[in-house]
Amino acid sequence: MDGTRRSFLKAAVTAAGAAATTDLAQADSVAPIQGDAHQAVPSDLTLRVKSLESLLVEKGLVDRAALDALIDTMEHKIGPRNGARVVARAWVDPAYKRRLLDNAPAAIAELGYTSGQGEHMLVVENTPKVHNLVVCTLCSCYPWPVLGLPPVWYKSAPYRSRAVIDPRGILKEFGTHVAEDVEVRVWDSTAELRYIVLPERPGGTERMTEEQLAALVTRDAMVGVAKVTLPESGGKP
Amino acid sequence: MNGVHDMGGQHGMGPVQHEKDEPVFHAAWEGRVDALTRAMRAWRKWNLDTSRHGLEILPPVDYLRMSYYERWFNRLETDVVKYGFVTPEELKSGKAAAGSRTETPVLTLATSARWLSRGLPSSVDPKVRPLFRVGQHVRARNIHPTGHTRLPRYARGKAGVVIRDHGVHVFPDTNAHFQGEKRQHVYSVRFNARELWGPQASPHDSVHLDMWDDYLERV
Repeated sequence: MDGTRRSFLKAAVTAAGAAATTDLAQADSVAPIQGDAHQAVPSDLTLRVKSLESLLVEKGLVDRAALDALIDTMEHKIGPRNGARVVARAWVDPAYKRRLLDNAPAAIAELGYTSGQGEHMLVVENTPKVHNLVVCTLCSCYPWPVLGLPPVWYKSAPYRSRAVIDPRGILKEFGTHVAEDVEVRVWDSTAELRYIVLPERPGGTERMTEEQLAALVTRDAMVGVAKVTLPESGGKP
Repeated sequence: MNGVHDMGGQHGMGPVQHEKDEPVFHAAWEGRVDALTRAMRAWRKWNLDTSRHGLEILPPVDYLRMSYYERWFNRLETDVVKYGFVTPEELKSGKAAAGSRTETPVLTLATSARWLSRGLPSSVDPKVRPLFRVGQHVRARNIHPTGHTRLPRYARGKAGVVIRDHGVHVFPDTNAHFQGEKRQHVYSVRFNARELWGPQASPHDSVHLDMWDDYLERV
């Protein structure tokens, strides 16, 4: 990264607030190629958004309390903990797992999770012979009710461009080992179907409760870029 | 349209930048843009497909340079003017024009839960017959629509197998342009990775795309 770019980024970070500082630190080691990283935010964006919001509120087009409620939902009510509970239930209850694979929206609703973008969910199961990976090459389709809003990397050009042509390269970058003879199935979310990976239950968890199992399940495992591992196994399944 | 948003298979985009313990929003303005976009969508002047197309028509250089919510914000600024909610002067000044009418918000605290849980239409419609069946060999059409489409370039002209019928769904290519829902069957179609990418791909791997009737032809 040359000096001009670096000082531009520093200026942008100062203006955009402390939230982007960690991104800048990462950007030093990996040159950002496109704008999905957050450091390139123009300094006036905060002001422009405020200005548009106050205009829409003044004209009676939006209700500020409703906006706050929406943000609260996105930040606190939906998220990968929901999906983790679905996975854990499927691991301990074979009948639930069958319902989940057969009719995901209904099985997921059994646990109380329903909201937009979840009407047509499908669960794809990892096995010793099959590894599933989910992407949306055209935009950012993602199963909100069970995983929350997608992370930046999922919406970014590197992931969207490579998941379909080089899924094994992506898996390697995430530190996920998938043997040569295992079938990698990529699911490109081109329609309103939303895909969730049911990861393999790791060995050594036979005595764990459903709650303990849910704590092991990560968002990345439900997208398919990672496997579920035990914390003490050092990342190896 | 053959836009930069259609990223499957492109090279040169760099490594995936995974962020540990990533927050839902990286700055307060991102959450405001997300919520404003949802609240304005509740007026139903546009639909999901129009909305997706609204990002695709950003100039390619801007699309690649902008962060995700910056794209959303630019689309929102464009749409509130395009659909007559605010005038360009109001957008510039941030103030309502003198004497302009005051509306009543569609999305309020009382209705927000309902809007969030509002589902897509059912995919069950026995009146709409499928043109293809599970197990059938098909080919993705080699078409290049200049408007919105959900048929990625990397699959066009390629042969695959229907593995599941997802039922009846709105056709984005027409719906995005207010030319009707043209509801038809959508299928999961499995493409061998080598059919898509040649010998560099693993012979074991496959890519599945969800395809509308109008994207497919018989082999």
